[in-house]
Amino acid sequence: MTLIDLANPTRFLAFTARLLPWLVAATAILLAVGLYQSAMAPDDYQQGATVKIMFIHVPNAWLSMFVWGVMSLAALGTLVWRHPLADVAAKAAAPLGAAFTFLALVTGSLWGRPMWGTYWEWDARLTSVLILFLMYLGLIALWRSVEDPSRAARAAAILTLVGAINLPIIKFSVDWWNTLHQPASVMRMGGSTLDRAFLIPLLVMALAFSLLFLTLHLAAMRNEILRRRVRAMQMIQAQAGQRAA
Amino acid sequence: MSLGPYATFIEASYLVVLFVVALLIAWIAIDYRSQKRRLSELESEGITRRSGRPTMDKI
Repeated sequence: MTLIDLANPTRFLAFTARLLPWLVAATAILLAVGLYQSAMAPDDYQQGATVKIMFIHVPNAWLSMFVWGVMSLAALGTLVWRHPLADVAAKAAAPLGAAFTFLALVTGSLWGRPMWGTYWEWDARLTSVLILFLMYLGLIALWRSVEDPSRAARAAAILTLVGAINLPIIKFSVDWWNTLHQPASVMRMGGSTLDRAFLIPLLVMALAFSLLFLTLHLAAMRNEILRRRVRAMQMIQAQAGQRAA
Repeated sequence: MSLGPYATFIEASYLVVLFVVALLIAWIAIDYRSQKRRLSELESEGITRRSGRPTMDKI
């Protein structure tokens, strides 16, 4: 089966039905391994045990941007090829992206209080991530408020692409401005500055959360396809009712 | 495993992640059942989909 075959919703549903059980199992195993490694990781010489918050904060922060990146690619699919599955992918990803961004903000806040002495600071990194969260909510509201899915898809796609400007701002905010947030320590020129004792659990947790996103995204896409089928059938039912009256 | 003086912050972080992820899983599972039920209700009423319609929602 080629990638283009999956662009057919019926084939996509069949493929998802076969793949999802394996993805669920792989996600559960990797999460269990990641959580065990996180629990067993040594304390940091400066932060003590609070370094354990990093193992859930960083994967959620990465995913908050990655999901918007996925939605941006899907937005191109909607605007350039007008493929319905592209809008399905973007619409299904938005609540997941909002949840991961919310978790990045909350866990960051809970990490910030003992380390920085404050839950929140209006600095560039925190504020740009908060804006990302509000943009997710705005997109979800847009999809819900426009009745016609075709119009909603185009409007959401344009808004998604405009919002993608925020991604490099979030990534480089710690370099461009003076912020409380530490600069990049894993994805940086010259390699990671993290010790292996922290880096390995972090990478396992990042992979586990990425698999979690993939699993939930495919399941949410399947739901969205079914929802649109229900809507199409309800419209046929209503038209048949009008003709009979 | 001792979590030190900031145990509350560490535990709260993990609990909130667990809660939100559980909420997402439950929401997707409930939504799936709901859509499948609505689809089978419509099919049992003899409604079938028309294929080949060009708009985004006809998939």
